[in-house]
Amino acid sequence: MMTGTPVIEVDGLSVAFETGAGALAALKDVTFDILPGETVALVGESGSGKSITSLSLLGLLPPSGRITAGKILLRGWGGEAVDLARAPERVLRQVRGAGISMIFQEPRNSLNPAFTVGGQVAEAVRLHQSAPGRQANARARDLLARVGIADPDRRMRAWPHELSGGMRQRVMIAMAIASRPALLIADEPTTALDVTTQAQVVALLRDLQAEIGMGMLFITHNLALASLIADRVVVMYAGQVVEAGPAAAVLGDPRHPYTRALLDCLPARHLPLPDGVRRRLPAISGAPPRLEARPAGCAFAARCAHAADPCRLPTDLRLILGDPPRAVRCVRQEAA
Amino acid sequence: MTLAVEPPAPLLALDALTTRFKVGGAFGRPSAVVHAAEDVSFQVGRGEIVGLVGESGSGKSTVGRTILRLERASAGSVRFDGDEVLALKGAALARYRRRVAAVFQDPATSLDPRMRVGESVTEPLLAHGLAGRAERRDRAAALLTQVGLSADDARRYPNEFSGGQRQRVAIARAIAVGPDLIVADEPVSALDVSVQAQVINLLLGLREELGLALLFISHDLPTVEFLCDSVVVMYLGRVMERAPAGQFQNAPLHPYSQMLVRSAPRFGERLGTSVSSGGRETPSPLAPPSGCVFRTRCPRTTSECALAVPPLEQIAPGRWVACIHPGAPT
Repeated sequence: MMTGTPVIEVDGLSVAFETGAGALAALKDVTFDILPGETVALVGESGSGKSITSLSLLGLLPPSGRITAGKILLRGWGGEAVDLARAPERVLRQVRGAGISMIFQEPRNSLNPAFTVGGQVAEAVRLHQSAPGRQANARARDLLARVGIADPDRRMRAWPHELSGGMRQRVMIAMAIASRPALLIADEPTTALDVTTQAQVVALLRDLQAEIGMGMLFITHNLALASLIADRVVVMYAGQVVEAGPAAAVLGDPRHPYTRALLDCLPARHLPLPDGVRRRLPAISGAPPRLEARPAGCAFAARCAHAADPCRLPTDLRLILGDPPRAVRCVRQEAA
Repeated sequence: MTLAVEPPAPLLALDALTTRFKVGGAFGRPSAVVHAAEDVSFQVGRGEIVGLVGESGSGKSTVGRTILRLERASAGSVRFDGDEVLALKGAALARYRRRVAAVFQDPATSLDPRMRVGESVTEPLLAHGLAGRAERRDRAAALLTQVGLSADDARRYPNEFSGGQRQRVAIARAIAVGPDLIVADEPVSALDVSVQAQVINLLLGLREELGLALLFISHDLPTVEFLCDSVVVMYLGRVMERAPAGQFQNAPLHPYSQMLVRSAPRFGERLGTSVSSGGRETPSPLAPPSGCVFRTRCPRTTSECALAVPPLEQIAPGRWVACIHPGAPT
């Protein structure tokens, strides 16, 4: 059981985008925290706000986006909390890499094709500790070895295009952990990888996390993968947290109708009967609402089998506590 | 109990199909040969759903594209309803294209953005001379309704639809000419989980209503296990294993299949720290290993494995494995 002071606390975070049609709310009242050594999986479908959440944490929202409410308290390795929602760019630049590191889905886009692998990892080392060139190179080589790259001396001189997708992601991980960050954000880090490579990269992340003791925000659309790696799960829908709690509780006994429906429509849970007869999957009808067409009440109500009149009222739904402790954003739960 | 019935002739039969590509050769560099698909044999029965699974570089998409006559085969045979597909020309090839349709991963790129979807779904009918302009509107309405869209959607453009709706449009276009087989290459991989289920249900429904056979090309094992009657596993261009889906999922026999099944994340399992962090990766299809192509990653490899390519052999009823050290069928 993870204890201690959270490395990061996100409290009531709201983000809006300026568009020709006015401000559109992309995130509404997002709240979660991550303890040292803990993995929190942020799960949801496209447009749910997972990636906007992670970009907010890094101060990397696109120019049209801005934080309209809430706090992002980063404590890092103990010490004073910094509110990243209000921090100036100078502070954010310090935080990126030193306090928080991030790896993305497609490492091809994150590595510079014009520099060798070793040069880029050594640069990541030098950004965080003023080491002379030779020392930085030696540390870069050790990092490559640590992330499971065979023959690291030769790979130091390789170009990014000479590496497979799995190896490029290992290089990105080496750069991300160079500063021993307090928080690693991994945004769909294995989605572009083959399943056998995915298993290796996820195991590597888990090992490194235990070794460094960092918190990890693991963003994924893959619920089975979340169940494998996460201590806690935060489920997002249409820019809001709809359910959060221990992974085994949320994924094993989901309380929000959306979480339940999402798990229920997975083919893995409906293997064919022995006689080969296939039932239909219990699909969720329709699609998530577009940002500009989000209803005033519960964003899932239009697709929810249990929706009733109270769900459609313009009420601010609140996170509630149940047993085991978890948060559910649903009026039906509140009534129960 | 099961009755032993003589199986009818398959709808589609691949026999030792091989597709190779020449790459490079520019700027005086030597060219190389990609062994995209080597000696691939399997069948698809009428109304059967066959899952073709593998990771990137396995050659599964090349096999699909060769069946669709979008790539030229280097050797081997593809028979459809008894006819040799690789030799078809002219009117016979046009007839074949009416009976075998394709659905691809990304409907955003396979639909013409400037064409109303009603025109898109009925374009193949016009191309094959199966409908005149007058019937076009009625046919578009019927097709769109059949895939769960509304007749009014015919007037809209692809960008007005969500990803899942666009894939429904692509499926409507595929069934327009009344095919017997659809080759679907990762048709749900780009869709959200909740939308994937809708499209999978649609495919199951079409099989029941129209008796369609489906070659479902995918990297996602749980979906293949749910949807497919049988599974063909490819690795580096070669078939490693063929099995009925239920038996495959419970007891894969080839060491590669076993690695694949073990690597797929499953609910209720926690990640052990025992998983190797530095496992070997897939070799390049430009230079596949000698003998068994999987031997460089195989936990059961012996010196014998390098000597010859293990043939795909039936070791139990319906169970075909290309391995000299396979697991025991249960």
